[in-house]
Amino acid sequence: MNDKATRLAQTLKRRHAAERRFQWYGRLSVAFGVACVLFLFTDIISKGYGAFTQTYIDIEVTFDYETLGLTPDSTETDVKAASFNSLFRNTVRAQYPEVTDRRKQRTLYGLYTTDAPIMLRDMVLRDPSVLGTTQQLTIVADDDIDTYYKHSFGQDLGEGGVIGRVNPQQIALVQQLHDQGRIHKKFNTILFTNGDSRDPELAGIKGAIIGSLLTLLVTLMLSFPIAVATAIYLEEFAPKNRLTEFIEVNINNLAAVPSVIFGLLGLAIFINFFGLPRSVPLVGGLVLTLMTLPTIIISSRASIKAVPPSIREAALGMGASKVQMVMHHVLPLAMPGMLTGTIIGMAQALGETAPLLMIGMVAFIVETPAAITDAATVLPVQIYLWADSPERAFVEKTSAAIMILLAFLIFMNSTAVWLRKRLERRW
Amino acid sequence: MGTVVSYYIGRGRSHSIAKPVGGVRNLATLPSYYATLMSLWALLPALLLVFLWLVMDGSIISGLVRSELPLEAKQLNPDSLGLLMNQIGNLAEGVGTLDALGAEYKPAVDRLIHLNSISATAMPVLVMLVMLIGMILGFRTIKADNNARYAVERVFNAVLFISSSIAVLTTFGIIFSVLFESINFFQKVPFMDFVFGTHWSPQIALRADQVGASGSFGVIPLIVGTLLISLIALTIAVPVGLMSAIYLAEYASRRVRGVIKPALEILAGIPTVVYGFFAALTVAPAIREYGDGLRDWGAENGIGWLATLNVSSESALAAGLVMGIMIIPFVSSLSDDVINAVPQSLRDGSFGLGATKSETIKKVIFPAALPGIVGGVLLAASRAIGETMIVVMAAGLAANLTVNPLEAVTTVTVQIVTLLVGDQEFDSAKTLAAFALGLFLFVITLALNIIALRVVKKYREQYD
Repeated sequence: MNDKATRLAQTLKRRHAAERRFQWYGRLSVAFGVACVLFLFTDIISKGYGAFTQTYIDIEVTFDYETLGLTPDSTETDVKAASFNSLFRNTVRAQYPEVTDRRKQRTLYGLYTTDAPIMLRDMVLRDPSVLGTTQQLTIVADDDIDTYYKHSFGQDLGEGGVIGRVNPQQIALVQQLHDQGRIHKKFNTILFTNGDSRDPELAGIKGAIIGSLLTLLVTLMLSFPIAVATAIYLEEFAPKNRLTEFIEVNINNLAAVPSVIFGLLGLAIFINFFGLPRSVPLVGGLVLTLMTLPTIIISSRASIKAVPPSIREAALGMGASKVQMVMHHVLPLAMPGMLTGTIIGMAQALGETAPLLMIGMVAFIVETPAAITDAATVLPVQIYLWADSPERAFVEKTSAAIMILLAFLIFMNSTAVWLRKRLERRW
Repeated sequence: MGTVVSYYIGRGRSHSIAKPVGGVRNLATLPSYYATLMSLWALLPALLLVFLWLVMDGSIISGLVRSELPLEAKQLNPDSLGLLMNQIGNLAEGVGTLDALGAEYKPAVDRLIHLNSISATAMPVLVMLVMLIGMILGFRTIKADNNARYAVERVFNAVLFISSSIAVLTTFGIIFSVLFESINFFQKVPFMDFVFGTHWSPQIALRADQVGASGSFGVIPLIVGTLLISLIALTIAVPVGLMSAIYLAEYASRRVRGVIKPALEILAGIPTVVYGFFAALTVAPAIREYGDGLRDWGAENGIGWLATLNVSSESALAAGLVMGIMIIPFVSSLSDDVINAVPQSLRDGSFGLGATKSETIKKVIFPAALPGIVGGVLLAASRAIGETMIVVMAAGLAANLTVNPLEAVTTVTVQIVTLLVGDQEFDSAKTLAAFALGLFLFVITLALNIIALRVVKKYREQYD
């Protein structure tokens, strides 16, 4: 008897240990998942926060007629042809009279962005009255200098005095500028006002954001009405026959087709067959429409289903036709759920990259698109392009672009959640 | 705009015909239906015309321009003719000069400019005309005894039906575009070489006598690479996703559940390009560094097999790992659904017999939920196979036939993307190969989905 009790106690102990172990597996899994989320976010934020500031260098530029080869009555064409390059170089050189070695002089110019002469020219084109005057300007620093000044300035020099891609001469120059108070960090507006560029310090996401908006606009204009109409048809009007069953199965299958296949479809049908241009938001929007349709249809159907039959019966009983019943009663009641589904579908479309690569939205595009038929790129594709760039400074930019994309997505998804909580009615 | 105008005209007209018969209530239907019908008359034919115009415009014009070409140009092969037409198009838009082509092409360019301007002016005029005719026809339908509502509702129904057939058209579009190009591809590359070939290098030689002149299109290394990465992803996602779902459904308190569940679902909302960046710039270098560290340690301590460890910077492990993280929420939400679907009575019965919670889960709930879980895993597998951006950014391009997760492998989706990104002519074997791969991918994922649904349907226990 006693023997049995001990045995039982032992078994029980073992079983309880197994129980605790099992619970710990569960806890560990959950912890792993949450840790992944946290790690992903910290990784991206720690890589990208730096991109929101940018290093600028003050410089005094005299828009000298002689150096530019211009006269007070030069035309715009003359200004365009004038040598702002030598103006810029002379100005920089004049500040360091002691530097005579040509290689070292080149390092001096390299402190500033390579586009500095073009910026000077644009300044004159905007306001010709600066010609002949001396202006106090603030010019964007080169990406390597920017990275160094933001992240490693003031640190001990590494082996051989090289930090990252900055050499001792550049470090000394930056130190000198710093002592003079001429180099400083500002909020990076370039990131939001410029299009793409080969130079990381001049690259921005404005073009990509506008491209994304245009693409989403096309997607929304097409997918919302089509999806709602499909949902209404399948829920309210479709006769139960082979054809409608086939449509249903089809929609469910489409939801699981890999997105890259939609890219192939877009390439073969829209670009190759219909001859629409490549790289444009119109085609991107069409492809994303087809891709997001199943998502929106499925959630719209669910919200139509949630409208109780009593509402329909009441409407029909009052003499409404079926179309009137749907349009006046079912649709308004199902609308919050449909909108929620649409926002989630749009969020999915906003983050999609692969199908857009196929239809040529990977081109290097500097201009901001103005219409749905202009060549454009979108935010996720811009991230992909930057992630592929060899310049180290692009890593920071990419992370910043990701942060902006995630901010958009979080905003959209929380709007959807809010909408659902706020407007959805329980029957 | 014409539509809005005709809506108001229609409404006014219906009100005016209502007067003699004794007010709106003696009409066959409400004025707004007459108005809608009239605006549909104005809108639909005009819309159809615009659509047809946009589709046909280009080909008709280029056909007419082609007749203006000099004789020798007409005998060119289709490719160079297309190029020539492009040049003429550019000239018509004022890009470039005639010198490059020669003066004999001037008539064609002039004709094109002329035709384009005709088309640009004729279209709005014709569309307005059609709209007007539509308005008149629509206006005539407004009669007291004509029930416009029926017609409007028929149109409404037709629009709904057309909308829902778009999903079907999409499927057909996918199948036809992919199948058609694949058939073209298999005319250039034998089907058997594609399916059973173990070598993949899609470079097509520019000259016939180049080394490796014939690209080889053996799909086996791609399949192995895809499966390898998907397998790594699933070994991470399935246990973690399943256990989190079980923990959250069976153990966690309501409050913990309310916090943790949305947190895990964040993973599902992150765009794949972000995962790709994470895999390529954080995980892959970390794995490589760790591998190198292990190798050095192995060399110091005389562990031979460790000393030869070589981790590629584009290892399958990194891509698979991150992909696994990506599909955790997918697995966990699907498992959550099926676990919650197991009726409470089964749990209560098991507890009543003295089983602990984990025993109940392992021996009662898990078997009951198994079909659903298997279905979920299959869906997750199809997700992993079709995933593109992570592998494009983090996995390699070289088609190595290996199952070593530390080496670089390539996948079907990576090849589709790399073959098609950039401009290239549409009928080269290289481009067509992408469509053959697409067909393969489509069939595999479709099959996995169908099997998953079958499993769920067939083996689901009925409890009520």
